[in-house]
Amino acid sequence: MAAETASGTPAIRLNGLRKEFAGTPPVVAVHDVDLDVRAGEFFSMLGPSGSGKTTVLRMIAGFEEPTSGRIELAGEDVTGRQPYERDVNTVFQDYALFPHMSVAENVEYGLLVTKVGRAERRSRVAEALEQVRLGDHGSRRPSQLSGGQRQRVALARALVNRPTVLLLDEPLGALDLKLREQMQVELKGIQRDVGITFLFVTHDQEEALTLSDRIAVFDAGRIEQVGTAHEVYESPASAFVAGFVGTSNLLTGDAARAVIRRDGSFAIRPEKVAVMAVGSPADTGMMSADGTLEEVVYGGPVTRYVVALDAGGRLTALEQNAGTRPDVAALRRGERVALRWRADHVIDVPGPPAPERSPLGASPQQSPTTT
Amino acid sequence: MTVFATLVLTFVYVPLVVVGVNSFNSDRTFGWPPPGFTTKWWEAALQAQGPRDALLTSVKAGLGATAIALVLGTLLALALSRYDFFGKHAVSILVVLPIALPGIVTGVALQSVIQNVLSPVFGIGAGLFTIIVGHATFCIVIAFNNVTARLRRLGGSLEQASADLGARPLTTFRRVTFPLLRSSLLAGALLAFALSFDEIVVTTFTAGPESQTLPIWIFNNLFRPNQAPVVNVVAVVLIVLSIIPVWLAQRLGGADAAESRL
Repeated sequence: MAAETASGTPAIRLNGLRKEFAGTPPVVAVHDVDLDVRAGEFFSMLGPSGSGKTTVLRMIAGFEEPTSGRIELAGEDVTGRQPYERDVNTVFQDYALFPHMSVAENVEYGLLVTKVGRAERRSRVAEALEQVRLGDHGSRRPSQLSGGQRQRVALARALVNRPTVLLLDEPLGALDLKLREQMQVELKGIQRDVGITFLFVTHDQEEALTLSDRIAVFDAGRIEQVGTAHEVYESPASAFVAGFVGTSNLLTGDAARAVIRRDGSFAIRPEKVAVMAVGSPADTGMMSADGTLEEVVYGGPVTRYVVALDAGGRLTALEQNAGTRPDVAALRRGERVALRWRADHVIDVPGPPAPERSPLGASPQQSPTTT
Repeated sequence: MTVFATLVLTFVYVPLVVVGVNSFNSDRTFGWPPPGFTTKWWEAALQAQGPRDALLTSVKAGLGATAIALVLGTLLALALSRYDFFGKHAVSILVVLPIALPGIVTGVALQSVIQNVLSPVFGIGAGLFTIIVGHATFCIVIAFNNVTARLRRLGGSLEQASADLGARPLTTFRRVTFPLLRSSLLAGALLAFALSFDEIVVTTFTAGPESQTLPIWIFNNLFRPNQAPVVNVVAVVLIVLSIIPVWLAQRLGGADAAESRL
């Protein structure tokens, strides 16, 4: 069932892929992107809206023609081919189910138009519907289904064709939080079962971290970093990645010089920063900074503390409420606190800090420190 | 508000009711109130050759114009909403323009083409064919508008999904686009037919001496005293035949809007 790719040949290879949209001057949506996606991988393209990730997906599907560059699927150059000549299938953001067909007819469509025999069609449709747990909904119309069910029909309709690569364009974007979390688990399970390469587009960093084997972080038409969830989160390659993936906790300029005692930009993940009473002793290998509590955001299992540092700048600390010490639990806005973190948790981030973005996911995101 | 609406509706529909009642009026000169009721005018009308031929011509013209309008209007709508090409905006204005042009202008223009080009060069004189062409000029607009509105509402993602699943463009049209357009095509067809059926201005200039449509027949016989009762009957037939398609088209539009919203 897995994509039949010679070992070592990537399922997708993008080579200098570029897309300009007409205008004066032309708008460059994608800047010469190079990317290899391995066969069988769950690969996410993560970035804010307008970062070019969806345009890349649409070029792979064949809906947009690249201005220059090459697209290879399983070692085959498909750059100039029509969408119906490519061995990829797409799960669309709005599902794009055919309203005049039943659920089973929707799923059968790809097999029907590619002239698969009737008996095989029937068994594969039944299998695909079973896979997404819609075995007994085949005769319904899409309009009679809930959002989550439509989403699963769209998935079955694409998977039934056993493509080399499945493209997913923010498929969970239209679902509410609970359903989205449930679908994430299902999606991951299905991908593991079918072994097809998934290329997943999302602007939700949590979703990308949870689901993906590897992630490409996009910004302004360029790939900033490619890596596993762990790599992207723990060692971001740029200030943008540090800020976009996870809560941004950036120290630059004078604040960095005062607190870290080096020049440059540094990120510290909030969960690695501890809040203490002023004057508590610091262990060896720990760094510390004093400041004033600006905000205390209680979030159930965790509490978020935003601290304005005396040295300038702002740091967010995330405390698990399981072990919160009484002296910290009682903290209120305006009180003086000391922050502590391990020196080896400080990440050097090259490049300018990320511009301020709207909060993503559930976490209120702090704007990066500026000098 | 209510008073105003009542007033307007009265002004519009009372004359129609009078025509209907008069078609049963036993008085040859339509004395009012009718001294008695009779079905003899209906019998006379059904026997008369003139109105029957005219009805046939009208139906043929309506069907012909509708058929042309559907094919050309749909193709135009598809081209203008799904593809980008040079002069796209100019074409989309040119397509809709005939409905705004005064019928008399269209009529005069068509007549001069028939006289100066069609008949001497191609040997096609004024007749059924020229009526069909004349009606098609404004029927296309109806079909075009209906299909364009539907295409806009559908968006392109269903067609993209179809291509993504391996369907070639013709297959996509046959299995996805056309089935989703069907009800708007039917609604457009019914409206176009109704428009063609009671058209008189353009028809006056494009119909030859041999072919008369029903409205032209009425117009020609209106002032002949002995034909007047029959004219009433024909008028009632015309009203009914024009109202049914419009009513059907409205119902279709409503039912369909509910279904295609997903």
